[in-house]
Order: sequence, then structure tokens, then C-alpha cells
Amino acid sequence: MTAEMLGQGFSWFIPGLIFIVFLYGHLKGVRIFEVFVEGAQEGFMMAVKLIPYLIGIYVAIGIFRESGAIDILVTLLSPILKVIKAPTDALLLLIVRSLSGPAALSLTMEIFDTHGPDSFIGRLASTMLGSSDTTFYIIAVYFSSVGVRKTRYAIPLGLLADFASFAASVYIVRKIFL
Amino acid sequence: MNFIFSLFILTGIIVAAVNGKIDVITTAAMTSAGNAVQRAITLISIVSLWLGIARVAEESGLIDILSRLIAPLFRWLFPSIPKGHPALGCILMNLSANMLGFGNAATPFGLKAMQELQRLNDKPDTATEAMCTFLAINTSSVTIVPATLIALRASAGSKNPSEIMGAVLFATTCSTIAAILGDIVIRNICRKGR
Repeated sequence: MTAEMLGQGFSWFIPGLIFIVFLYGHLKGVRIFEVFVEGAQEGFMMAVKLIPYLIGIYVAIGIFRESGAIDILVTLLSPILKVIKAPTDALLLLIVRSLSGPAALSLTMEIFDTHGPDSFIGRLASTMLGSSDTTFYIIAVYFSSVGVRKTRYAIPLGLLADFASFAASVYIVRKIFL
Repeated sequence: MNFIFSLFILTGIIVAAVNGKIDVITTAAMTSAGNAVQRAITLISIVSLWLGIARVAEESGLIDILSRLIAPLFRWLFPSIPKGHPALGCILMNLSANMLGFGNAATPFGLKAMQELQRLNDKPDTATEAMCTFLAINTSSVTIVPATLIALRASAGSKNPSEIMGAVLFATTCSTIAAILGDIVIRNICRKGR
């Protein structure tokens, strides 16, 4: 399957979904426009309420990243890398990945530019990027949107999953491509 | 959350001071705040659009049909959510958007799912078990088609941009299994502790 074919499949998915929802709603006699506006209004309020939380989270992550604190964290964790035989860039990506989606994307692009997308580290970065998510960001935004302050074990659990995806990425990329 | 928030900001400022680049902090804070608002503006359009569509799907009964199909699996993962509760439909929509690689479409359903879960919560300031399970599965993100990633690889000149799909599927499955197992273990430990 080529990327082009995939892209084509994708361009059909969203229009298809919207078509089915509206057709089914129409057949069931839903007052579609009014109901749509109702839902959109709710979405609007939700997004607006989220702005202050987003600012807080972005600023904290921005300060942490730009100050170089992330680099120190990477240096501290590098002994673990030697054990699992992963390159330093991969660890940086692991940490950045759980904090900021755009930052992880730009780091991956940088890795592609420096080492090439088909190098070991390029493939590893791809696999890591594809198999994990911005854990801190999602947990922070989702919980603050409903006013939950005590997150209990959600963050350790999210980090456990991130680490599992990292370890699995290193394992599978070595196995398939080396 | 409060602890992590201050940890990030305080360590960041101290590290910058020690490295002699304290001026970076002001710029970083301002730029990040700006980025956050920009992100929020994009969110407004996407969240409004998708929740509008979702409301139509909900009203017509389409979401009920979907949640009934997936119910057995969800009853196992989320024993605390009552049968037929709207939270299940939202979780389902969120996870399927994630699986197909539509991060933007996933967020509105995720936020709505949290609202529905919050309604089932006795202690509004504390996370419930169902919330933790949901976020664990969400952040470990089963991605079947990593569309953005393939596009990115293609634009960087990869000879075979989609060759990593198998590896991604393997790694993401491992992390989701780890999340579900970890969730079950932690949940049981917490219950015994009480």
C-alpha cells in the first residue's frame, strides 16, 4: 500500500462519516440544523473555557523546554540508554513526545534532516512518534476541562504506557530493519 | 497537577539562571502563551464543528447503535460506567478517531467523554477509575494508520514512507496492552489499600 493510496482513503473518510451522520439523522426526522447548532454551541463554550488551562500548560512546558531543563533530564537518563542500546536523540524524543506534540514533530523532522528518514534513528523516531501520544498535555487538558485536581494514578500510568511504547519501538525497529 | 506545574516552571527558571540565559524565560513564557491561544482558536472551530455533528449523530440514535456494538468490551474495561450511558459513546468516538490518526477529531469527543464521566463522579475534584482507564488507553493511542507520520516521512524523501506501519502497530499495541494491564494492577492495589 502506498502513501498515496492511503491518502486517498483518508480523503473519503471524513466526508463519508459526515454524509452517513446527516443522512441517518435526516431519515430519523432529526431537526438537523437546530441540533447541530446546539452541539456546536456546547463545543464553543467548552473550547473557550479551556483557554486559561491551555495557557498555563503551554507556558510551563515552554519554560521547561527553552531553559534547557529537558537537556539536563536527558543527560541524567542517558545511563538507561546504554542498557537498552538506544541513541540519545531517541530519548530526547521520548521526553519531548509526552510534553508537546508540535515539539515532537519538529524534533522528528530535525532527525529526518540530519540522519535521513530511512536511517535506523529515522525509523525509530517514526515508530516512536506513531505509537505514542502527548501524555502530559492530554492528561492535563482533559482533567482540567472538568475541574478534576487530584489525578490519582493517571500520570504514572500514562508514563508507563509511553515507556512501553518506547521499549517496544526500539525492539521492533532493531528486529525488522537491522 | 499543581506539583508538576510548579516543578516545571521553577526548575525551568533555575536551570536558565544557572546557564546564564535567564532572558530566554520571558520570551518562552510569552511565546508559549501566544501559542496556547492560537491553539485554542483552532480548537474552537474544530470542537464546535465536531460536537455539532456528534449531536446530530446522538439525536438520531446512531451513537447508541455504535455503543451497543462495542458494549461487551467496554463493560470489561469500564465496569463502573452504567449500561447505555452516553460516556461510552463518546469514549468510542474518541478512540476510533485516534485509531484512524485523526487527532483533531478525537479531542472534542475526548473532552465530552470526560464531562460525561464527571457526571458519574461522587468527588468532583478527584479522578475516577473510569477516567484513569480512559486516559491510559487514550494516551497509549492505538494508531492503525499514522497518516501525519507517513506524510512527514514522504516529504523528508523516504524511499518507502509507509514501511514503518508494521512497527508502529506493534509498538502501539504493546503500549496499549501495558496501559490496560497497568491499570488493572494499580486499580486492584488502590482498592486493597482502602
